[in-house]
Amino acid sequence: MSAVADISSEPLVRVEGLHTYYGKSHILHGVSLEVAPGEVVGLLGRNGVGKSTTLKSIMGLVRPSHGQILLEGAAITGLAPHRLARLGIGYVPEDRRIFRLLTVMENLRTGLDRAGVGDERKQKLLDKAFTYFPRLAERRNQAGGTLSGGEQQMLAIARAMMLEPKIILLDEPTEGLMPRMVSQIREIIDVLHNEGVAILLVEQNVPLTLQASQRVYIMEKGSVRHHCAASDLKVDDPVIKQYLGV
Amino acid sequence: MLQFFQSFPLDLLLIQTVNGIVSGLILALVASGLTLIFGIMDVVNFAHGELFMLGAYLGVVVLATTGSFWLALIVATLIVAILGAAMQIVTLRPLIGRDPLNTILVTFGISLILQNFALWEFGPVARKLPEPITSYFTLFYLQYPWYRIVIAGLSAAIIGGFWLFLKYSKFGVWIRATTQDRVMAQAMGIPVPWVYTGVFAIGAAMAAASGVLFGPLGSINHTMGLDWVLKAFIVVVVGGMGNLGGSIAAAIFVSLLESYAAIWLDPSRAVIVSFVVLILTLLFRPTGLFVPTPK
Amino acid sequence: MTTAPFHKAMPLGKGKLSHTAVYWIGFCAVMAVLIVAPLVLPIFWAKFLTEILIWGLLAMSSDLLIGYTGMISFGHSAFFGLGMYGAAGALLQTHPPNLWLAILAGLGGAAGAALFVAYFSTRLRDIYFAITTLIFSQIFYVIIFTWTAVTGGENGLIFTRPHFSIPFLVDMRFNVLTMHWFVLALVAGSYLLLRRITRSPFGMVLQSIRENEARTRAIGYPVERYKIVAVMLSGLFAGLAGVLYAVQNEFAAPDFVFFVTSGDTVIFNVIGGIGTLVGPIVGAGFFQLLRELMSRVFGEQFPYLIPLGFIFIAIIIFLPQGLLGFARRWLNR
Repeated sequence: MSAVADISSEPLVRVEGLHTYYGKSHILHGVSLEVAPGEVVGLLGRNGVGKSTTLKSIMGLVRPSHGQILLEGAAITGLAPHRLARLGIGYVPEDRRIFRLLTVMENLRTGLDRAGVGDERKQKLLDKAFTYFPRLAERRNQAGGTLSGGEQQMLAIARAMMLEPKIILLDEPTEGLMPRMVSQIREIIDVLHNEGVAILLVEQNVPLTLQASQRVYIMEKGSVRHHCAASDLKVDDPVIKQYLGV
Repeated sequence: MLQFFQSFPLDLLLIQTVNGIVSGLILALVASGLTLIFGIMDVVNFAHGELFMLGAYLGVVVLATTGSFWLALIVATLIVAILGAAMQIVTLRPLIGRDPLNTILVTFGISLILQNFALWEFGPVARKLPEPITSYFTLFYLQYPWYRIVIAGLSAAIIGGFWLFLKYSKFGVWIRATTQDRVMAQAMGIPVPWVYTGVFAIGAAMAAASGVLFGPLGSINHTMGLDWVLKAFIVVVVGGMGNLGGSIAAAIFVSLLESYAAIWLDPSRAVIVSFVVLILTLLFRPTGLFVPTPK
Repeated sequence: MTTAPFHKAMPLGKGKLSHTAVYWIGFCAVMAVLIVAPLVLPIFWAKFLTEILIWGLLAMSSDLLIGYTGMISFGHSAFFGLGMYGAAGALLQTHPPNLWLAILAGLGGAAGAALFVAYFSTRLRDIYFAITTLIFSQIFYVIIFTWTAVTGGENGLIFTRPHFSIPFLVDMRFNVLTMHWFVLALVAGSYLLLRRITRSPFGMVLQSIRENEARTRAIGYPVERYKIVAVMLSGLFAGLAGVLYAVQNEFAAPDFVFFVTSGDTVIFNVIGGIGTLVGPIVGAGFFQLLRELMSRVFGEQFPYLIPLGFIFIAIIIFLPQGLLGFARRWLNR
């Protein structure tokens, strides 16, 4: 590593040699990856290779035993999740996990009610959310649990957007969604990308990932095995077959 | 026939109904604090009764120095709220993630400390908190003191105020989000450890306020905490653990029954009523009498 | 509050004593000290030691539930108290007062209370169980306190100490020494019996319930029945402690049925170390000694429970295994 960091190429998020255990199970065996500011990076791999765990580690929900995580060059390993959220990391988990008993508005409020955010800015963010997700506007006073699966996914993403994050960790957003909604997700990823929000996208849907991302990492058995630009890969590439084929 | 109605203590029944509602609302306030802490933090606050007791004693002290009941209510509540926050930070935070039974033990230890502190500081002689309002009004042909109505009203107001706070304020949303999904609440930037501290402080404040409000109704001594925490536990179990509405309903229900029983039994035996209610609840509706549908 | 899995006894090492040998040597050494102690101690301390043994027995009975089954009980004051009152009743009814009848009556009373508590309480888990035992013990307190005709109410019952008599063999009064040895014999016997129980298949199931109740049930064990038996056993030994207390002090008072006794019991358990059986006895000794010391140094009025409360809390947070916790595995092998 050079003594002076080149600011223009300093990644937004960098993960170095992450090892994580669940109890005695060694899940992550030295995961390293990085995401540049505003970049969409895909994370592919079969079930159980540790993709979700990687996201959870970055979000501070799981403590790594070795390795570090850096946000804009500063070490954030071991910080509490709520601090990471305030520092600019948004998290949209698998199975969405919206607050089912809170209304749509209240769900969004959990991200809006931050120190240093004036009412005007809050209103602008809300308007933005409702513009991108008109269905949520219609249901703004309904309890989150009454929304359909697709709407809940929208809410989960909108909620994270309220944090005005620098990077959003998206965990399998298209899982269980109808094809029509999948293309909606694709659009939202593009919108976020255009706004300069970085995205680390964990997905099983290979075509979507290759289209939406600039770079992809492929994981197997707890570590990164392949890394290249998304444009270098085709859906039927032997590499894809090797790591993702059944 | 007429003789029966003449001897039936109708007026006494009415007085006891009002009394029952008054003490029921105070008990509801105490139990609400306990339910809040349990429902949101999974902590059984054994020291809740002692926080009630401390509130009462502090009320006495502040009233003696300032002469104002209302100031006593506010100051005592604030001091105990801060004490509650300190308690939570020092003794309960280290226990997060460990077996929740530890919290009973630790809060039990705190109750011992607080009880003996009160004994040491205030002595074994019971204290009395003078009534804030001394006027009476006529209920049927008897004089009923206004202050009891005021106390009931205040308890109800505090409970209602808290409910509004929970529903509409920012911190209320934080509390509800944390209760539903602690992990995602954190992921949304909600400082969950501080939410817990805040909740505990609010619960403690409710206990202390009840103590001050109860003051004029009875005598204040260092052992009163145990009686109240016992009743509060019964109410919480009967009302359905973690169910705020249920606790309130159960509190009034149990208090009414006890007040009626006090017509025929002497007070030290009237407490059996709450025990019987508990046993029946455990036998037939263990999830709580006032829970909508038993699971 | 979990413990490590049960280990089989290690095979004999070359020239080293086996675990069993070391254990029994230790046991005999401790017994020897306890037997000789009252001979050399002044009367006050001899009686003090006897009382520690009685409280130790109570705490040990509670350990069966807390340490081995994973159920915290705040209701032991009821078992202890009913043992005490049961014995008192028998001693007042029979002329001359019969020791063995007293023990039987006390155990019977405690068993009754235990059955009542067990039936309800085992339908609830964990925290709810703890709270309910507390409430039930207070129910018993209120009954005893207000049923003045039978229990003497506030004033309790006073009676004379029975002789130690075995028909046709022996009939002697107790003095400080013989009382102590009698108590020691019963407490030691109880300890050995409890140890046998915890190491038996039944005890293994209890520990399995403590580790993971759902899994134990899934394997097919009738968990509720095991819990009821555990509560009964615990209640019986607690009742025995009550009987011994009554016999030693010649009175029965409602104060002992009050919650404070339950609270003290839990304190002894936690301080001494749960799941060790002897830990609670040590905890009882530690607590009583500290209390005695403080009242001597700071005066009778000193609220000794305040520093003790802090110690108690500190142990829960920093030393959750208790004083003897380090020896837990060793003691259970």
